[in-house]
Amino acid sequence: MNKEQIIDILSEVKDPEIPVLTISDLGILRNVVISGDLIQVQITPTYSGCPAMDVIREDIRELLAKHGMQHVEIEQVLSPAWTSDWMTETGRQKLEAYGIAAPALHGCLLSGDDRPESCPLCHSKNIEMISRFGSTACKALYRCIDCQEPFDYFKCH
Amino acid sequence: MDLLSDYIIHLADNALILGHRNSEWTGHGPILEQDIALSNIALDLVGQSRNFYQLAAGRLSELTPGLTISEDDLAYLRDVNEFRNFVLLEQDNGDWAKTILRQFYFSIYQYLLYKELLASKYPAIAAISEKSIKETRYHVKWSSEWVVRLGDGTPESHRRMLDARQELNPWISELFIPVDFDYEAAATGAGILPDTLQEEWFQRVNHVFESAGLPLLSFEKKNMHILSGKKGVHSEHLGYLLEEMQFLQRAYPGSNW
Repeated sequence: MNKEQIIDILSEVKDPEIPVLTISDLGILRNVVISGDLIQVQITPTYSGCPAMDVIREDIRELLAKHGMQHVEIEQVLSPAWTSDWMTETGRQKLEAYGIAAPALHGCLLSGDDRPESCPLCHSKNIEMISRFGSTACKALYRCIDCQEPFDYFKCH
Repeated sequence: MDLLSDYIIHLADNALILGHRNSEWTGHGPILEQDIALSNIALDLVGQSRNFYQLAAGRLSELTPGLTISEDDLAYLRDVNEFRNFVLLEQDNGDWAKTILRQFYFSIYQYLLYKELLASKYPAIAAISEKSIKETRYHVKWSSEWVVRLGDGTPESHRRMLDARQELNPWISELFIPVDFDYEAAATGAGILPDTLQEEWFQRVNHVFESAGLPLLSFEKKNMHILSGKKGVHSEHLGYLLEEMQFLQRAYPGSNW
């Protein structure tokens, strides 16, 4: 099996906390290196303490074992540091459809304009922040003033 | 003992001890959103500490043939006098104002430190700093907003901020006093001397205090205490903290999730 095929298989691995996204959508699957019968999978965490990482490691191991690959090393890479800009366009669309606002693109960190573009439910731009922190480290909590629904925002990071 | 390992362990201990203190608020926050906020900050800090502990454990294992040290050994099997965190961070949570102020002081310190460590000649330290600084920037933002909200809030919240300052200020000077492992880190280019952060730290803290209507802070040498967390001389609080945090590994050695 070559690198592309393995990456293809690994694209099935889901983020346990946002199960509509795969590790490829999130941009946390960084690389696969094959040396002989050893397969090294490089992943990077979204946040340092992301509890999903341990589950993701297990899932990668299990999935590759199912495809007959037993000799697997999973390496955590910290640099370059993950940014929400690495989320794919497909990932962003899936996230919005799931009811979570997609992260603002990168300039936000410099401009300080880290906020969702619109409400993922009714698409109104009339929104306000409830809390800088949401149900997981990667999310903040917002409210739509028009449809009055609260919603999660995947933070620009 | 290897001084560079001590330096890395110091970085790890700071993050772990404050992370643990913050986690004590989980389920007890004044409102749900802020309970979640502090729990998430705790998670970031514990995550950062794990990265530093793994680095230190790898280094110590390499330096000591025949000995394998894990991140868990460092977090769970050391005693009070082996911890290298600032005394500031082990202080009890007190009320919300004290918890906020401690977080604010440390986040600004940690932000300035990581900014310098991005250029560390020790690639793994630079990488962890690159990862962590993005989280820390957010902690600075959140805690600064709270300092303003409390300082410039009601007479009661203002008074509580003043009380918190009274309680925490004696522990500020330690942040900037170098010890042996700082000198080693600076000499090898792995780290920096903390006194170089002092001026900007006070500027940034006072900038927020100004918007919060709180009196400005100045560096007072007379605040210097005989305690030095970086040398393993801690306040009484740390023992109680470790007793709880390490209970499981002490009672059931080697247990795993």
